[in-house]
Amino acid sequence: MYVAVKGGEAAIRNAHKLLADRRRGDRSVPAIRLDQIVEQLALGVDRVMAEGSLYDAELAALAVKQARGDMIEAIFLVRAYRTTLPRFGYTKPVETGRMAIERRISATFKDLPGGQLLGPTFDYTHRLLDPELADDAPVEAADRRIETAEQTPRVTDILSHDGMIEADGELPEGSETGDLTREPLSFPLERDLRLQALARGDEGFLLGLAYSTQRGYARSHPFAGEIRIGEVEVELDVAELDFPLTLGRIRVTECQMVNQFKGSSKQPPQFTRGYGLVFGQSERKSMSMALCDRALRARELGEDITAAAQDEEFVISHSDNVQSTGFVEHLKLPHYVDFQAELDLVRRMRAEHERASQTSDTQEAAE
Amino acid sequence: MTELATYNFAYLDEQTKRMIRRAILKAIAIPGYQVPFASREMPMPYGWGTGGVQVTAAVIGPKDTLKVIDQGADDTTNAVSIRAFFQKTANVRVTTRTAEATIIQTRHRIPEAALQTGQILVYQVPIPEPLRFLEPRETETRKMHALEEYGLMHVKLYEDIARHGHIATTYAYPVKVEGRYVMDPSPTPKFDNPKMHNSPALQLFGAGREKRIYAIPPYTEVVSLDFEDHPFEIQTFSQPCALCGAKGSYLDEVILDDKGGSMFVCSDTDFCEVRQEKGHRGHLAANPAEAAE
Amino acid sequence: MRAATQVFEGGFSDAVLNSQEVFRALMDAMANPGLVIPVRDLVNAPAPLQPVMAAIAATLFDHDATVWCDKAIAGSDAATGWLKFQTGLELTSTPSDAQFALIRDVDTMPSFEAFAKGTSEYPDRSTTIILQVAGFDGAEVLTLQGPGIEHTRSFAPSRLPKLFIDQWAANRAAFPRGVDLILAGKGALAALPRTTRVLKREA
Repeated sequence: MYVAVKGGEAAIRNAHKLLADRRRGDRSVPAIRLDQIVEQLALGVDRVMAEGSLYDAELAALAVKQARGDMIEAIFLVRAYRTTLPRFGYTKPVETGRMAIERRISATFKDLPGGQLLGPTFDYTHRLLDPELADDAPVEAADRRIETAEQTPRVTDILSHDGMIEADGELPEGSETGDLTREPLSFPLERDLRLQALARGDEGFLLGLAYSTQRGYARSHPFAGEIRIGEVEVELDVAELDFPLTLGRIRVTECQMVNQFKGSSKQPPQFTRGYGLVFGQSERKSMSMALCDRALRARELGEDITAAAQDEEFVISHSDNVQSTGFVEHLKLPHYVDFQAELDLVRRMRAEHERASQTSDTQEAAE
Repeated sequence: MTELATYNFAYLDEQTKRMIRRAILKAIAIPGYQVPFASREMPMPYGWGTGGVQVTAAVIGPKDTLKVIDQGADDTTNAVSIRAFFQKTANVRVTTRTAEATIIQTRHRIPEAALQTGQILVYQVPIPEPLRFLEPRETETRKMHALEEYGLMHVKLYEDIARHGHIATTYAYPVKVEGRYVMDPSPTPKFDNPKMHNSPALQLFGAGREKRIYAIPPYTEVVSLDFEDHPFEIQTFSQPCALCGAKGSYLDEVILDDKGGSMFVCSDTDFCEVRQEKGHRGHLAANPAEAAE
Repeated sequence: MRAATQVFEGGFSDAVLNSQEVFRALMDAMANPGLVIPVRDLVNAPAPLQPVMAAIAATLFDHDATVWCDKAIAGSDAATGWLKFQTGLELTSTPSDAQFALIRDVDTMPSFEAFAKGTSEYPDRSTTIILQVAGFDGAEVLTLQGPGIEHTRSFAPSRLPKLFIDQWAANRAAFPRGVDLILAGKGALAALPRTTRVLKREA
């Protein structure tokens, strides 16, 4: 006698109850508050905002808490929320040249208009675990530069004066900026869509690809022309108004890589660019993005496509961690119907194999 | 804090539904052709039925009765989860009975009971492109479909014959729709392929991660690819279902011990239960009187 | 003033459920070519938009939809104003750019050739033409065959574009490229996807 096991519903309910219990952990430890996550795990929150494509620190913090600190799970939560939001319009491009700068460095010039500004960086910290941080030791307020009204020109603007570097990219006449969340991608992509995909792409995946270009898989001779972090205004053109409406300010990290280019029959030798722009503070992500962007311009610049990082379909189709994790993890779902079909086939083929070897054995014995 | 995040009715916003609905109409008009659509992130992971869920969400209304199966069963965890999602977000009637459902969302099986006019079968599709494992590039496979260049697929199937003496594809077995598009039936066992042909039901396929929707209208020719000297054939089982005694249904092997003992039961749980209710018994079925005790 | 209120009024009373109801009728129609599907009057749009045509527009259009309207509709500020306000659609004056076309005067409409047929790689990038007709009891009975039809189906829209049989045969021959038709009648709709074959006329 056999009675099939049922009760998937109860099992799921219980599993989720257990998850909630584990998420809360030891009840004698105070529950973490969203403002604590926003303030003290800010770079994690930034990553969730960047790859979740939604600039809202409180929601990102909620996602981090709900996901028990699993970043990709948190990004997924934010994306699944973002996708349900109505779309009112598209803002004007943010003007990073007018950024309220917190950090700005250039590896290409020792000194430049606007100066170098280290800002809140891990760079040059000695990576020694700091026992003082285990407790709530008082932290001194930092000295801040007095805000100046002067704008800080971008390094690429400085270089462009004598044609040493290519101009800002232009989309073909009449083309509208695409939106990968509203239109399915169709390859090959224009650079606007590619940059959108990279901006929400997985930091680790892009980091690995960027690293591969430095190790000779599509080497691009990059220099970190400039990295700047700070707040920019977001503006929306409204039909009824003759001036753009300011929606607010967002913190972004922008990276402009400057790459050697030998020139072609059409273009003189000049520097080319790779571009990275992400929500929040993430130099690693913006630099990786800029290196990947440059590598993916191979077709446009007439370079040989020899490496993974230059292969647009490969990179863009696999850069989204919400997609990747879903499909990799879907292997946990039952596949027993298909497995049964394969089991049947392997048994059949083994039987055929055995018959065939018996026949040849008999033949050999007879010979 | 309750205002922090709110969701629209039936989860998908109306704009998304319109976009999916437009894609569905095109898909029905071009049977077997994969219509690109701007698939959304869903509250379940990609690969777990987001395509099917988006299609169902765009189609479903208050008059519908929904059935969800995974591996043919209504009680597998993902089927339970998706059914609960629609109960919660659309407040629709649900059922496990194939005959009572107006919409059946499925993963990996087509119900054994013949579908009826007016029913809609929604497939969850992981990889919609039948040529994908022969050619990984979308730009190339799109050209192959445009030119109706399916030689590579035949070569692949024929290589099986050369090596094994028969075609070694057991599930996701490619079909040709209305003599034009080669289509992936989703990873259903090839046992189910003949059910797609001239079905009175409307068949809709949703691939969320790959952002494609395709369809087979009712009464449409669906032919499994084969060769004159190696005609398409489906799996057969040497024994009937151990619970309902059905012959000719697709069976799952259930391991009974660690000494190789196993039994075979219908993968379509509703089909099996309806048969048992009607008094059919397999050799391992519980006696109704005993089971009641 | 009157025109202005007309524009803002007469939309779906329940945008979610009404559009679902109309979509299901459209999907049934597309899946069963030539089958006449009843639809309730769910909207009230300015002339010359009849309720079923207007309900289809409200169901399928938004600012991602590019729509071409024939003169009778494009010439009515009330009608185009209603469509814009209710759906946010984008109007185009080029039929071959249109994802949808709204036709009030079937007799004088451009030939199917004037609309988008899609490409061989993307045959879905084609125009769905929505024709407003009086009903489905016309004198001319077409016999249809193809996907969605078990054997054959009779179909008798009250009006058809000129040279329809020839135009449709040419459309069918271009498969998978081609246009699809939706016919909006009084209280009912029907569809002819590009796969449908028109066999012959009957008396």
